[in-house]
Amino acid sequence: MNIVIVGCGRVGATLASRLSQQKNTITIIDLDDDAFRRLDKSFRGETLIGDGTDQEILRRAGIEDAQAFVAVTNGDNRNIMAAQIAQHIFHTPTVVCRIYDPKREEIYRALGLTVISPTTIGAESILEKLHEATQAATAQSR
Amino acid sequence: MYIVIGGGGQVGFYLTKELLDQNHEVLLLDKDARRVKQLSEELGASVARGDACEVRVLEEYGCDRAEVVIAVTGDDEDNLVICQIAKLRFKVKKTIARVNNPRNRRLFKKLGIDTTVSPTSSILSVIESQIPHHTLVHLAELNRAGLGLVEVMVPQDSTINGQTIRSLDLPMSVNIVLIIRGDEKITPQGDSVIRDDDHIFALTTNEGASALRAIILGESEESETEQLTEEV
Repeated sequence: MNIVIVGCGRVGATLASRLSQQKNTITIIDLDDDAFRRLDKSFRGETLIGDGTDQEILRRAGIEDAQAFVAVTNGDNRNIMAAQIAQHIFHTPTVVCRIYDPKREEIYRALGLTVISPTTIGAESILEKLHEATQAATAQSR
Repeated sequence: MYIVIGGGGQVGFYLTKELLDQNHEVLLLDKDARRVKQLSEELGASVARGDACEVRVLEEYGCDRAEVVIAVTGDDEDNLVICQIAKLRFKVKKTIARVNNPRNRRLFKKLGIDTTVSPTSSILSVIESQIPHHTLVHLAELNRAGLGLVEVMVPQDSTINGQTIRSLDLPMSVNIVLIIRGDEKITPQGDSVIRDDDHIFALTTNEGASALRAIILGESEESETEQLTEEV
């Protein structure tokens, strides 16, 4: 698949590296050159310095031929805007967007965006672990 | 009216002042505590600290009863989200966003933001209209009607010098509203005659504007000014 990723932070870099290992064609965009150092040595895709909310940059990254677009910058609003550009201007088939704020997650998921909220996922996972642990503790004390 | 404004920069500040002078109820929101302190010296309780793209903040300040929400931060993505949340979550009737990058206007319109203001485009229009022998300049947009006000200058030695408006056979979408000839203001009628160097003002759609330009300049519809003007 041709995939464009905006944001080469820890998640972006990990994603890009894994997808590239899986033989996908990846272009990853970031404002900061240094960010690309996070990429795995095995990364075989393209890096592009620029603003992922700029339609020209997205075009240069090949979004018009991409099957998927992922927005994982550290700013919710930038991810939201980039994802909507991919969706409404370029009609990219698959668009995934990270939104930390659970309230915004709700609103944009209702608009049809595929949203991942690490906040919600993290809190839920921890709740589950706490629940398991307290259950185990109660069982032991009997 | 109750108006909520996101972004306490220069634009937000002066906008708030003007609206307060017009006796509206205004709340200006800015993220930065120091800026808010500064602003509150002149604006008092009309400014508060908060991120206008947080649902919790907008809820706290009664966004659901705001008639207008205006986003004038320096970042297009923040302005987009402020307006989208206002519209989607709080059902605010009118949202206005400042769009710094003119190319983002199309996206904002698609996403239902009622009005976009691009300072870049406005200044560009002014500059274009100052260029001698400019071709067609978009002066203003009437969002709801899909119409714009344009100004075309009839060149010297034009092919239409001496023709009446009626004989130009303009499309229905073009309505000439004013002709300025030197210092003279002419109210156009069907039999008004067009002369070289006339400034023609028309209310028209985008397609109409291209057609008008082509007719006035007596040429095909390709235009250099297409790069300067943008889609509505």
